[in-house]
Amino acid sequence: MIGFIVRRLLATVPVMVVIGLFVFLLLHLAPGDPAAIIAGDNATPDSIVAIRHQLGLDQSILVQFVRWSGRVLQGDLGISIFSQTPVLTLIGQRIGPTVSLTLTTAVFSVSIAICVGVLAGWRAGGVLDRIVMAFAALGFSVPVFVVGYGLIYVFAIHLRWLPVQGYASLQQGIGPWFQHLILPSLALGLAYVALIARITRTAMLDVLSEDYIRTATAKGVAATPMLLHHALRNAAVPIVTVIGLGVALLIGGVVITETVFNIPGVGRLVVDAINQRDYPIVQGIILVFSGAYVLINLAVDISYLILDPRIRS
Amino acid sequence: MPPRIDVRRFVRRNPTIVIGAILLIVLLMIALLAPLISGDPQRLAPIDRLRPPSAQHWFGTDNLGRDVFARTVWGGRISLLVGFSVAAFATVAGIGIGLLCYLSGWIEAVVMRVMDGLMAIPSILLAIALVSLTQASVATVIIAITIPEIPRVTRLVRAVMLGVRERPFVEAATAGGSRPLKIMWRHILPATIPPLIVQATYSAASAILIEAGLSFLGAGTPPSIPTWGNMIAGSRVFLSSAPWAVFFPGVSLAVAVLAVNILGDGLRDRLDPRLSRRM
Repeated sequence: MIGFIVRRLLATVPVMVVIGLFVFLLLHLAPGDPAAIIAGDNATPDSIVAIRHQLGLDQSILVQFVRWSGRVLQGDLGISIFSQTPVLTLIGQRIGPTVSLTLTTAVFSVSIAICVGVLAGWRAGGVLDRIVMAFAALGFSVPVFVVGYGLIYVFAIHLRWLPVQGYASLQQGIGPWFQHLILPSLALGLAYVALIARITRTAMLDVLSEDYIRTATAKGVAATPMLLHHALRNAAVPIVTVIGLGVALLIGGVVITETVFNIPGVGRLVVDAINQRDYPIVQGIILVFSGAYVLINLAVDISYLILDPRIRS
Repeated sequence: MPPRIDVRRFVRRNPTIVIGAILLIVLLMIALLAPLISGDPQRLAPIDRLRPPSAQHWFGTDNLGRDVFARTVWGGRISLLVGFSVAAFATVAGIGIGLLCYLSGWIEAVVMRVMDGLMAIPSILLAIALVSLTQASVATVIIAITIPEIPRVTRLVRAVMLGVRERPFVEAATAGGSRPLKIMWRHILPATIPPLIVQATYSAASAILIEAGLSFLGAGTPPSIPTWGNMIAGSRVFLSSAPWAVFFPGVSLAVAVLAVNILGDGLRDRLDPRLSRRM
């Protein structure tokens, strides 16, 4: 069991190294001089030299990568070119809304998707199943910002039930905080719900055809405990796997959702940084997002130990 | 005599392939014939700004008085071009890299680690970062979206290869003295084609979505070229007064992606019966 955890932990190391290498090379892959790119269009030769020296760009690539990795491992993601503030501080200031949005979306998406997926799998081929599958096909196809503006138009502009845009922090009260998150979470969660509902349905279909389910039904186990205890528990591993992999959808979608709903989170920070060519911020945020994705999937792998006793031995 | 294809039976058995393909062909025709069916998407008419749909402007006009119908029709060109190109390039690159892995276990180990790493970076972030490094153009957008798609194709090629490698006919060919390159060409490559066709449709759908996202964020195709993404970005401030300027490109986008996805699901059911019931 410890061996399993250690093996999974070690497996993330090469992934993180590749992400680090890629993020590091991002600047060097660009045609032209990284210092000139950072300095912008109206830079003087002097300021380019200064930036080159400040970032250590006058040393060999290998030395630069080793130094950069060392700094990143100590939590130093560099300094924003535009605001001269440490990138980690900037991310820290903006992480609240992003975490609120992703967590609310994840919680409500997973709960809806699993309920719907279980029912669809139980009555496969029925009306509900068809509605769920059609909805899933739509959910994969409509982009986050189209759903977002559709929701804003109907619920905020037309019906005036919810705020159009913006964000309220938890300090401003749980009510406003939640109100501001409903529409963004729905928009962001659509594809995630579609993905999880589909895999839940499939996993349930597989499990429900097993002999022990037939036995349980024959013994007179009622539908609800049969679905939840006998079937869903045994369908958990593929569902949890997809919940972990689907986090990529949430992370990618958060960047767009924050722009649609004008939420001052990390996604907006990265879009602004890209427009200003503030590469240290871009690099830092890609690292943080990718790192979060890898860690969440590591947690998913470890959760197999709880979900499936066979893996424990 | 070639086997007779019963069209009606094919339609009945594969409704999704037919619906998806027809939708896609219609969209493709509209995009190709854009100069014939619509006016100039860039023509400004400040007097006619934010007009609702009418006989003259079927989809209304945007905040600069540009015809939303013309822009929607022309915007489809970029989406479909990006979708098809990314699917094609990612497939070719994925096959190349995947087959390279077949030749050497050492290359395979390194390549698969790199692919794992690339897959952990959110596609849209990877793409905007890549686009931001160079001058924005349709070509850079295509390259930037292709790169995050390559790992998916490579993994698929490798998975199929691992399955086929152990099959008796490959072992027989090896025992019979065929060279690895010949085995690859004659036995391995053909086995990867059906799943790759399905994967290519999913790559195209995802590319259309990412392109729209990039355009929407202002990090994609230059604003002088109308795309569904930058149309929505440009008109979003006028959502309450001119919803049509957001609605029509949005619906077109959804229909295009849905068409590709439906086609992909149908093809998967047909080409990969093992998976047909699963998703």
